[in-house]
Amino acid sequence: MDSKIMDVLKDRVLELGPAPDTSGAYRHFKLTRDADGIAWLLFDRADASANTLSAVVLEEFDQVLNALEAQRPTGIVVRSAKSSGFIAGADVNEFRGASDPSEVETQISRAHAVIDRFEALKIPTVAVIHGFCLGGGLEVALACQMRIAIDGARFGFPEVMLGLHPGLGGTARFTHLVNPMQAMPLMLTGKTIDARKAKAIGLVDAVTEERHVRNAVRDAVFGKLKRAKPSALIPIMNFSPVRGILASRMVAEAGKAAPREHYPAPYALIELWEKHGGDRAAMLNAEKASFARLMVTPTAQNLIRVFFLREQMKKLAGDGNTIKHIHVIGAGAMGGDIAAWCAHQDIRVTLADMKPAPIAGAMKRAADLYSKIIRKRTDQRDTLDRLIPDMDGEGVRNADLIIEAVSEKLELKQKVYAGIEPRMKPDAILATNTSSIPLQDLRSTLARPERLLGLHFFNPVSRLQLVEVVSHDGVDAEMLRKATAFAGAIDRLPLSVRSSPGFLVNRALTPYMLEAMMLMEEKVDKETIDAAAEQFGMPMGPIELADQVGLDICLAVGDMLRSKFGDLLPPTPAWLREKVNKGELGKKTGKGFYTWRDGKAEKSSSAVATARPTQEMIDRLVLPMSNVCVACLREGIVDNPDVVDGAMIFGTGYAPFRGGPLNYARTRGTENITATLRTLAARFGDRFAPDAGWETFK
Amino acid sequence: MSSGQQADGKPFMTRPVYIVDGSRTPFIKARSGPGPFTPVDLAVQCGRPLLARQPFAPNAFDQVILGCVNVIADEMNPARVAALRLGMGEAMVAFTVQINCGSGMQSIDTGYRYIREGNADLILAGGAEALSHAPLVWPQNGVRWFAGLAMAKGVLGKVAAIAKARPAYFKPIIGLERGLTDPITDLNMGQTAEKVGHLFGITRAQADAYAVESHTRLAHAQEQGWLKGEVETAFDRKGNFYDHDDGVRADSSVDKLATLKPVFERPWGQVTAGNSSQITDGASWTILASEDAVAKHGLTPKAVIIDSQWSALDPSIMGLGPVLSSNDLLKRNNMTIQDIETWELNEAFATQVLGCLAAWKDEKFCREVLGLDGAAGEIDRTRLNVDGGAISLGHPVGTSGNRIVLHLVNAMKRLGTKRGIATECIGGGLGGAMLIETV
Repeated sequence: MDSKIMDVLKDRVLELGPAPDTSGAYRHFKLTRDADGIAWLLFDRADASANTLSAVVLEEFDQVLNALEAQRPTGIVVRSAKSSGFIAGADVNEFRGASDPSEVETQISRAHAVIDRFEALKIPTVAVIHGFCLGGGLEVALACQMRIAIDGARFGFPEVMLGLHPGLGGTARFTHLVNPMQAMPLMLTGKTIDARKAKAIGLVDAVTEERHVRNAVRDAVFGKLKRAKPSALIPIMNFSPVRGILASRMVAEAGKAAPREHYPAPYALIELWEKHGGDRAAMLNAEKASFARLMVTPTAQNLIRVFFLREQMKKLAGDGNTIKHIHVIGAGAMGGDIAAWCAHQDIRVTLADMKPAPIAGAMKRAADLYSKIIRKRTDQRDTLDRLIPDMDGEGVRNADLIIEAVSEKLELKQKVYAGIEPRMKPDAILATNTSSIPLQDLRSTLARPERLLGLHFFNPVSRLQLVEVVSHDGVDAEMLRKATAFAGAIDRLPLSVRSSPGFLVNRALTPYMLEAMMLMEEKVDKETIDAAAEQFGMPMGPIELADQVGLDICLAVGDMLRSKFGDLLPPTPAWLREKVNKGELGKKTGKGFYTWRDGKAEKSSSAVATARPTQEMIDRLVLPMSNVCVACLREGIVDNPDVVDGAMIFGTGYAPFRGGPLNYARTRGTENITATLRTLAARFGDRFAPDAGWETFK
Repeated sequence: MSSGQQADGKPFMTRPVYIVDGSRTPFIKARSGPGPFTPVDLAVQCGRPLLARQPFAPNAFDQVILGCVNVIADEMNPARVAALRLGMGEAMVAFTVQINCGSGMQSIDTGYRYIREGNADLILAGGAEALSHAPLVWPQNGVRWFAGLAMAKGVLGKVAAIAKARPAYFKPIIGLERGLTDPITDLNMGQTAEKVGHLFGITRAQADAYAVESHTRLAHAQEQGWLKGEVETAFDRKGNFYDHDDGVRADSSVDKLATLKPVFERPWGQVTAGNSSQITDGASWTILASEDAVAKHGLTPKAVIIDSQWSALDPSIMGLGPVLSSNDLLKRNNMTIQDIETWELNEAFATQVLGCLAAWKDEKFCREVLGLDGAAGEIDRTRLNVDGGAISLGHPVGTSGNRIVLHLVNAMKRLGTKRGIATECIGGGLGGAMLIETV
């Protein structure tokens, strides 16, 4: 809840022990002692809103340890002075561009030495953890003797998302504190857990509130804290023959999610544990070399690049969001899910539709989503309360932003605009979620066309982070800025695009799906086509994706793009149109190319087993995407190749370890790409002709 | 602005108080088990669209007052819970009022007095009730047994405490049944209706005919779209929506109702499930505004509250409450029942409504009880409950008083009438009445 009173008192929330001296000896730490002789070591990284670990920080930590050893306190509390949380992880900047494993190993060994020294202190140490405690941050906490979590804290090892595994002793310390059958999956998936779960698995000793931190710390230091009892299973699970069996099971499990050739990190982690799980010290030591080996793989370096692409896009969003109330028109799949997501992000949302049934469906989907992503029932309730069904469209008058998500029909949209424009606040923004109608056409009937822009979300909204922010030549620059900041404020990543058919993502993705249909016409079975894309590293093949997007939408976008780009696209097959007419639209109707059951496509297991996709198949599917991205850059629809890669990854799930379609082209060599495209063009037609933009592409 | 007199004769400000808007949920008939919404859920469901259509922000109100009789354990002071859930801000003062079946009108009456006397400008006043959520209550002797068990020390002590259990301790009572029984006379509300019917000679056939008309009037109003803007569609978490008062039976007939057995006094009673109000869930809100608030936010008043009145009588004939409170109200304003063009008289029981109408025509009653010179006369059926009432759409106890004021305003606007009274009988022997004029 917004509270003016708590705003005034917010500096008092964190219990940081005695007030620190302003002229402390350290840049990133503050060190005080309380009346009981307990040292309060506050991590407060200079010039940053969140704490991260870097070589410099760890060096200073080493100096702090000198001071603590020189004048031994009765106990040490380690906690963060940042309201954002404990420690968000390592400073990923230091991982960028690593190419020499031995250099990485030397650096990580230095960091290990500091943490090992801290762990070896013969003084009670307590980590007090609020907010995010991730990666390297969790590894610091694990080196403490005791851990006290503040309710709301979240714990996890996201290293695997960067193609790595924990590298600051976490693999060994975690698997020896917590049952490896619970510890390993957390490190293998990168999932985070909350404070209660952390207590349940024995990661933290207590969960409390800020107001009890002083008493909790005192109990911890003086041996009165009831400790988490390590599971009796830990030694059994870490016993060599058992490890072997469990490890092979983990490998099988990992294989389902991420193939070894694309994602080596999970396999390296399993191997590390299988070999050294029985010996904590050996595992600590072996972790360094394994971590260093992973760091220099193309997968890790590409994923690290993706991490920074995300940061870059977040920055492009800018801050200072002024939009507090949005009005969504059309409670269909997209409108309803956009509304639900925004309500989840603390925005007041009115959701308008002419009929109650679509709103009811949207409310159900929202309730289902919230029950999965929001833990507390009161928070679920409050989120649902913010999502306001609006049968009479009354929300328009107070909304800061209107998002129109009605059917893709020009006249219908213009009719909707005519109804709402007179009732909008003067400074309200009118955004369309259109994927196929040019804004130049949509704006033609508006009294104030400068207020129109596009906010193009992707399905499923809660999972795909990209939002295309679409401009046209008459748009109000300030409104565009506000809409972009809004996208950032709802935890989505904005991509600025000029209004042009298909914008970036659909224009690049449509040839991929239509080419897949061409392959079907050539009697390649659909499981093989999907396997080709998955072999390249796509999370989902194009046939399955088409079903998920909806065949009606694929057809509409395909027709629209072909009317503009003609034979630069594969033709839309006649049988696709028949399927759409029959109402076989894909996942949403339960049948498209596949039959869908419980949200999953039913693939023939024999077809999957015998699928032998060729390199040519893969090239036919993925190279046109790179080709279109280059064309969009050349045409000035987008202006930054890095952000194009980010958009394709965050908007379509394009194989992240490839670093995006442009990075892939760069890595494979643009000569090779254009030559391959020319070969394909000679065999299959001009749609593969390399774009002129390749000549200047770097 | 003018001045009036307090009870002790001191003057106070009297400012006009306007009803500017209002909305309610559909009344949802209690079927098997708890319905989809709690009292506060219901208040939020109809409060959100109401607030969304206002030209001012939700935190612009001075306070929130909500009537609710059966407050559930998770929602103590439901007014405040609703205010916060409606996004009205941490500083929103909110309290809950309870005068049994008059609670929803008591919230309006309280808000009216705050504004009239210059203590507030904009008040959200409502009623909320989820009768389907009424709890099961354990018998007192069972509760005592359980407390003894909890206190017992040691294994032997526990065993001894357990041994004292008697089967009757575990027979839960439906809380609603107790709530609808008058504690002084130990008569169920239906029994008080039987008594009123008897005293004024109301027949079963008359009661059933009245009930049928309630249904046909509501069905007609729904069909004509007359409830649009008043009834807001409610949406639950499971993908269902509720867009109309679902207790209505457009095909109700005297023949069908005649087959029903009496429910309160078998075998000879005449109050049946068919000619009584229904057990339902629902909530309702009205927005009250001073002249200043109307000017400040550019509001359009629909009606002005002229006066209000609570009166009391023997609980065993509580059904006559409307006659007493309306009579006091009319006298104070130098009016007679003929001056009132539109009436909302809450349909707790057909027998009870007909008893009230008969009382007004009863010379002895009017002379000796109401202090009139003779019979007050006839209230024409065309002026009374024009779009049905609690018999067809249900009687969520704490909500009904609010609904009849809200609907009276809307019905008068549609009919083009000027002066109306909303009035209800109140379990425990009270009557409430509110006099309003359209603007």
